[in-house]
Amino acid sequence: MRTLHTFHGGIHPPEHKSESNGRPIAQAPVPRHLVVSLRQHMGAPAKPLVQPGDKVLKGQLIGEPAGFISAAVHAPTSGTVTAVEPMTVPHSSGLPDLCVAIEADGEDRWAEHSPIDYKSASPQAVLDHIRDRGVVGLGGAVFPTHIKLQVNGKLETLVINAAECEPWITSDDLLMRERADEIVKGIEVLQHLLQPAETLVGIEDNKPEAIAAMARAAEGKGIDVVAVPTLYPTGGEKQLIKILTGKEVPSGGRPYQIGVVCTNVATVYSVHRAVNLGEPMISRIVTVTGNVRQPGNFEARIGTPVDELLQLAGGALPDTSRYIMGGPMMGTPLPNSGYHVQKASNCFIAASDSLFPPEPPAMPCTRCTHCAEACPVNLRPYELQWFIRGKNFDKARAYNVFDCIECGCCSYVCSSNIPLVQYFRYAKSELMERDREKRAAEMARQRSEMKQQRLEREKAEKAAKHAAAAAAAAKSETAEDKAAKQAAIAAAVERAKAKKAEPQNTENLSPAVQAEIAAVEERRTKSGEAVNEEA
Amino acid sequence: MSSPHIFEGHGVGQTMFRVMAALVPGIIVYVIAFGPSILVSLAIASITAVAVEALMLKIRDYPVKPFVFDGSVLLTAWLLALSIPPMSPWWLIVTGTVIAVVFAKHLYGGLGNNLFNPAMVGFAALMISFPAYMTHWPAPMALTSAHLGFADQLSYMLTGSLPAGMDVDAINMATPLDTLKTQLHLHHTVSEVLRMPIYDVIGGKGTVWIAVMYLLGGIYLWRARIITLHIPLAFLGGLFLMAAFFYLKDADHYVAPWFHLVTGGTMLGAFFIATDPVTAASTPKGKIIFGLGIGALTYVVRVLGGYPDGVAFSVLIMNAFVPLIDAYTQPRVFGHVKQEEASR
Amino acid sequence: MLTAIIVMAAIALVLGAVLGYASIKFKVEGNPLVEQIDALLPQTQCGQCGYPGCKPYAEAVASGEAAPNLCIPGGPGAGQAIADLVGVPYEPLGGEAAEPAPKAVAAIDEKTCIGCTACIKACPVDAIIGATKQVHTVISAVCTGCGLCEPACPVEECIIMDPVKTDIGNWKWEYPTYEVKKVA
Ligand code: SF4
Ligand code: SF4
Repeated sequence: MRTLHTFHGGIHPPEHKSESNGRPIAQAPVPRHLVVSLRQHMGAPAKPLVQPGDKVLKGQLIGEPAGFISAAVHAPTSGTVTAVEPMTVPHSSGLPDLCVAIEADGEDRWAEHSPIDYKSASPQAVLDHIRDRGVVGLGGAVFPTHIKLQVNGKLETLVINAAECEPWITSDDLLMRERADEIVKGIEVLQHLLQPAETLVGIEDNKPEAIAAMARAAEGKGIDVVAVPTLYPTGGEKQLIKILTGKEVPSGGRPYQIGVVCTNVATVYSVHRAVNLGEPMISRIVTVTGNVRQPGNFEARIGTPVDELLQLAGGALPDTSRYIMGGPMMGTPLPNSGYHVQKASNCFIAASDSLFPPEPPAMPCTRCTHCAEACPVNLRPYELQWFIRGKNFDKARAYNVFDCIECGCCSYVCSSNIPLVQYFRYAKSELMERDREKRAAEMARQRSEMKQQRLEREKAEKAAKHAAAAAAAAKSETAEDKAAKQAAIAAAVERAKAKKAEPQNTENLSPAVQAEIAAVEERRTKSGEAVNEEA
Repeated sequence: MSSPHIFEGHGVGQTMFRVMAALVPGIIVYVIAFGPSILVSLAIASITAVAVEALMLKIRDYPVKPFVFDGSVLLTAWLLALSIPPMSPWWLIVTGTVIAVVFAKHLYGGLGNNLFNPAMVGFAALMISFPAYMTHWPAPMALTSAHLGFADQLSYMLTGSLPAGMDVDAINMATPLDTLKTQLHLHHTVSEVLRMPIYDVIGGKGTVWIAVMYLLGGIYLWRARIITLHIPLAFLGGLFLMAAFFYLKDADHYVAPWFHLVTGGTMLGAFFIATDPVTAASTPKGKIIFGLGIGALTYVVRVLGGYPDGVAFSVLIMNAFVPLIDAYTQPRVFGHVKQEEASR
Repeated sequence: MLTAIIVMAAIALVLGAVLGYASIKFKVEGNPLVEQIDALLPQTQCGQCGYPGCKPYAEAVASGEAAPNLCIPGGPGAGQAIADLVGVPYEPLGGEAAEPAPKAVAAIDEKTCIGCTACIKACPVDAIIGATKQVHTVISAVCTGCGLCEPACPVEECIIMDPVKTDIGNWKWEYPTYEVKKVA
């Protein structure tokens, strides 16, 4: 038995797991129309590789990673690309984002894909293989997995995060019950890559079936399946590491700095499929629950319309007024069901006012400190909201607003119903914007100084040259010279005129562009005339 | 709207009403010991408080309903009424309440923004302005033959007139704390003084049992997770340690520490007044410092100061230090090496 | 009487010593005022203050020649901070012109550009690249949105100031609606 550690605070919201964990994972049929977002991961959006009209195969790369922190995106089924344009995506901003729409041909034909023998291949080759399969963390943050697995130095602990502490969600639970062996195969890949001294699987003790299944599959593999007490947010990466190892990830740091790598259990399963089967990340387990007739878990392709999932769950009940992607503590609110499954979509909850009563109006903070007692990071939410309401962002930074993990515990317990987390998100994005502006200003300042210096240098050079030239001219100018110069000038003017009549930088261009330039020229003369008329 | 989408918070109102419920056992024993006049005090204070609060909210252009029903102003009124002598004339109660609500609460910005505990500001103002009324408490019913009925008490409070043949001195007497102080000044020893009829086993007759009821109410508040025990325990501990120190030095002139715990405003102060979240320190360490400070200051005022009890003044003094205490006792944040002074 | 005087003198001495120590210990290594002011300016280099750039304006404010409220892109925020720094009262600059324009970056219409290099000369931060008779282009990451290139361009509708659009990448969380007080 391991000694478990604790973190400060935490809450016990009603679990609501039994609604959806009673039935096995059902296969969702491949939908007719899919919409695959190119920003399925943390970091820069992927660059589209397809155009409308292109035929794609299942598993074919349709978006390539752009930049260091980015991930590949693949076609979830075979069919035809119908559009590559901004479309609504499940995001708190409600803004559209670049997506690839695919019309399925129903054949579901695989592109070429092959596994990699991770035992004989070099670690870098395995990491590249994982990267090219678009594997990202499925726990919610969707951080590219290959970056997470890039660790130099000795690794003490590999933590598999299977806590699933958010209420309502059961996708990891069901995955572990049904596919424990595959998960363990994925863990073995990571063990081989990282060579950790120990491997721990942390599961909240409200999932006895999953614990039993995992323990059975992990037998003799050097994997320790640990039941951790049920307490939200145990599934937070830093919180789970603290519980299992007693170590704290430094503020603003990453787990590898303390010799730990932590991955979500569904991600490990995807690693298994990517490495041992060669399959890119094109599907995931989604819990559909809340105000639906038959809640359950579905294995759905990325890009599946939420409406179709809801139909599979028996349809949303009539008093459904909105939806939540993710859990009720950290999920993204969606005004309707017109969205599509993302890699980050572990759950869709149909919400009604009776299941999820809207928050009563906020009252002033009474400093009851319930929020501080609940905060897993040991922040002082009441002080923070006070500073933020006064727009005192520097103070908010000094009181460590950037350590907030946005778990929602403080808002949940606040006796005055203050939307604390929203204040913190606001302050964070405001502070980040300011930092960005500061950096931009600094760059502008340097560049402008550089330009100033350059101008001065040029002026000095020119002056020197002039002086030299004047000196030379004074010595040798004769009448003949003067005449020759005049002629030369006249010739140059002639040449310039001729050039103007026939611009040279438009030669060698395609007819279409030539035509466009002609149009522009016309516009130019016209507007010039207009100006002349006005004048 | 953003996450979270579920809430547990019961609202300010529920919290306040539960605190008031925790006061009820104490009030019942109060009635048994001193007669029903306290109920009249409570009523007068409550009505005044609600009226003044509504008026202030109107003036300040705040929505009246949610704020009046948040219960905070009623709680202030109750704490004030329970702190002052039960048979105070009506105008005294009204004056105290108005000062508490208008000056201590609304002029600071209303709920959540006041630096000083409103009930204690009201109390202190009365104590300074009308010391004569504030130091004379009715004798416990068990001690006086001159028994006043409810009607008599009511008419005294409202009109100041007593039934024929009675005068104020017949029904009033100094509080146990006050008596002790006066008698010690007259060079009696503690054990001599404690033999006087006003004292019970360890404290003042009647008041001991009220204190016990407040303690029970306080434990309920702790169990209901409305307060933490930091402040009450530190308060009682600070008071006890100071008292024990002097008691062990000189038992003839300094009364036993447990006497201090059950007399005067100790229990009410420790569990209901010092724990007022708006004006108390808010970090765990800060709460302990805050409580210890009140306890120690209370002892100092009681024994050395000119006023019979020191809870109110101690609370107010410590209130003034809260921003400082909080700034210097910020707990270590997860992932930080050591606590940083956020006060920078 | 004497004791009182001695005590007061002692207190004065001690406090004086403490203050003296503090002034040494906590001495702020001062960058010259000009640089401090310059650091508060947005470095747009737009010249809307009437000076050829942020630094010259900072110099003018430091010498007391200019008021601290002339920087339009910096808005009241920068104005207030500068006023606090130099210790003069801040008065908001009235009038319509004082409204900072929405953040924009310049874009050159490549079909219209005649390659005259006029805009390159106008750009205070060298954000435009190009050469004579070659199509010019704006490095938008470097452009401060000052708009100085727009009037410099001899061609109509060649340079436009493109307002920066909000997308998921630069979207910001909103201030929560917190309506305790009646909306007036
Ligand atoms: S949301 Fe942030 S401040 Fe609130 S409890 Fe979670 S970590 Fe603490
Ligand atoms: S829980 Fe709410 S009311 Fe209580 S201290 Fe925190 S923010 Fe204030």
